[in-house]
Amino acid sequence: MAFLDIKNVSKSYEKLTVLHDINIAVEEGEFLVLVGPSGCGKSTLLNMIAGLEEITSGSMTIKGQEMNGVHPSKRNIAMVFQSYALYPNMTVADNIAFGLEMHGVPKAERLKAVQDVSGMLQIEPLLDRKPSQLSGGQRQRVAMGRALVRNPDVFLFDEPLSNLDAKLRVDMRTEIKKLHQDLGSTIVYVTHDQIEAMTLSTRIAVMNGGHIQQLGTPKEIYDNPANIFVASFMGSPSMNIFPAIIREIESNLVGVEISIGAGAETKVLKFAPGTRINLQNFKDRKVLLGIRPEAITDPDGADKAAQIIELIDNTVEVTEPAGSDTYVISRLGGQEAVARMRADVIVTPGEKAVFALNMDRVVIFDPQTEERIN
Amino acid sequence: MASITQDTAINTGRITRALIYLFLFLFALYYLLPFGIMVLNSVKPLDEILSGNMVAFPDRWTIEPWLKAWSTAQVGIEPTGLAPYFWNSIKVVIPAVIISTLLGAFNGYILTKWRFKGDTILFGLMLFSCFIPFQIVLIPMARILGITGLAGSTSGLIFVHIVYGIGFTTLYFRNYYKAIPNELIMAAQIDGAGFFRIFYRIMLPVSGPIIVVCVIWQFTNIWNDFLFGASFTDFDSQPMTVALNNLVSSSTGVKEYNVHFAGAIIAALPTLLVYVLAGRYFVRGLMAGSVKG
Repeated sequence: MAFLDIKNVSKSYEKLTVLHDINIAVEEGEFLVLVGPSGCGKSTLLNMIAGLEEITSGSMTIKGQEMNGVHPSKRNIAMVFQSYALYPNMTVADNIAFGLEMHGVPKAERLKAVQDVSGMLQIEPLLDRKPSQLSGGQRQRVAMGRALVRNPDVFLFDEPLSNLDAKLRVDMRTEIKKLHQDLGSTIVYVTHDQIEAMTLSTRIAVMNGGHIQQLGTPKEIYDNPANIFVASFMGSPSMNIFPAIIREIESNLVGVEISIGAGAETKVLKFAPGTRINLQNFKDRKVLLGIRPEAITDPDGADKAAQIIELIDNTVEVTEPAGSDTYVISRLGGQEAVARMRADVIVTPGEKAVFALNMDRVVIFDPQTEERIN
Repeated sequence: MASITQDTAINTGRITRALIYLFLFLFALYYLLPFGIMVLNSVKPLDEILSGNMVAFPDRWTIEPWLKAWSTAQVGIEPTGLAPYFWNSIKVVIPAVIISTLLGAFNGYILTKWRFKGDTILFGLMLFSCFIPFQIVLIPMARILGITGLAGSTSGLIFVHIVYGIGFTTLYFRNYYKAIPNELIMAAQIDGAGFFRIFYRIMLPVSGPIIVVCVIWQFTNIWNDFLFGASFTDFDSQPMTVALNNLVSSSTGVKEYNVHFAGAIIAALPTLLVYVLAGRYFVRGLMAGSVKG
């Protein structure tokens, strides 16, 4: 049995079901990120792990112990909230020690624990201040201190970085990751930011509409998305997805026909040899082709290890220099397609350029079910 | 910074400014006039009032009317002065204010942080109680006080004021607590604090401004109440307002206006004092809900 085991868990409010049959097994020391758009049920799931919301059906165990009906304070969990939820009337030290005090830990031990934690988070100079006298980043640290001091089995983070400015967010992200590496603690972390999910997690659960769309390592999620939702949600800029038709070029060589530019020009692109696709079902049928921006490059910037690179002559519509890269937008399959080229690439809007498509990296979706088919 | 404020500030010359202050001064004077006349006449011998101008300064200053109003004036049938009734009022106001404020805080806490089915309806009904005129509840209340044996006692009057005050105090606290994030409660729950502990360790310590608002509101209303005081008390438990009325209406011959003025000021002093001491918190508390803190 897993360290934190969520089995067939559902949640409904009267007639409205917000979580459908969720199954997640989190091993000890894992960093699981629940990611999805707002309203997907990720925070509800986290609150259910914390015991702040009841489970409608299913079971949840921590260390093999059934948690259904167990009070939040008895689950040995700690939670960091988006608003930090520091007690405004107490000093930083009292905030950190409050949980210990409620659990009847003697004063001397509490002081020692507060000292240890504040040393680890470098907040000793702040211990006598009130939360209103702290900056956003400092409040964030205190909130983490309050969680750490309890030495819980599972840490729960509810969008802890979304109230910070961009630079601080990146710093704190690194810090959380470092903390996880040092302590080896088990963490469940909710965010709507897919970059946070990719960088922090050991595994990601992508959620939408109360369902888990895909559960896997960041690499699996990014490279092998299970459906169109996962493909377009993860990654920035998001994956290019456009209509195409499956063609059999010759036996054992399958390709895909796409339209190029604004006109009627089309081209058949060969798939890499390993690409498996059910020809009986999909031959000469419309599918959706997904390709990430970094798999469309200028010919010199293409991945040398790729098995098949297809070159396309296409009109450049817009260029967006982003410093480290230049995003080049052209039209493929009748839709805008973003290509990620080197920063110093020479392309001019309105003129033709050569685009190199890494066919090893394409994914194909059934337009009806939106599920992946290759 | 300075140049910016100069550009955007309304340009007022020296003369305009002087005029504005003159007008403000006149209005303040006009507003203070009735109170001034009361004070003047309360330190004037009676014959000066009867013989001459009420607005004039006294020829002979005296605190005799104040002493008389406080301890020897004829109130109803007894020459006791207002003193015993002043203490009656204090005995009613203090427990009634404390209890109704605490109950309001508790109700507000439950209605915002421990939501249950039908809580909005319940709150609506409590809100409705704020708009029920005093006269309507007189007879049913008299009946209840009769049944419970509280009729004619100080405790009975306290009970009535608590019941009547709960609607207002609940409204104040509920709106104030609504602005306190629920995550705070969740965090405290995870930390292991229970229902009451969260109330007095987390909620009450941040309620300062709204407590002041409630105390001022309740103190003023209960102290100034006449109808309940007149209806539900006996001679020995009457509050200040009723005694003042009796002082003014009972006479053993000539009307002692100076004593009446002094009595009226004594009756008004406590509320005045509360405003002076806590008035600025009142404004702050009323605005607290609208500003995110």
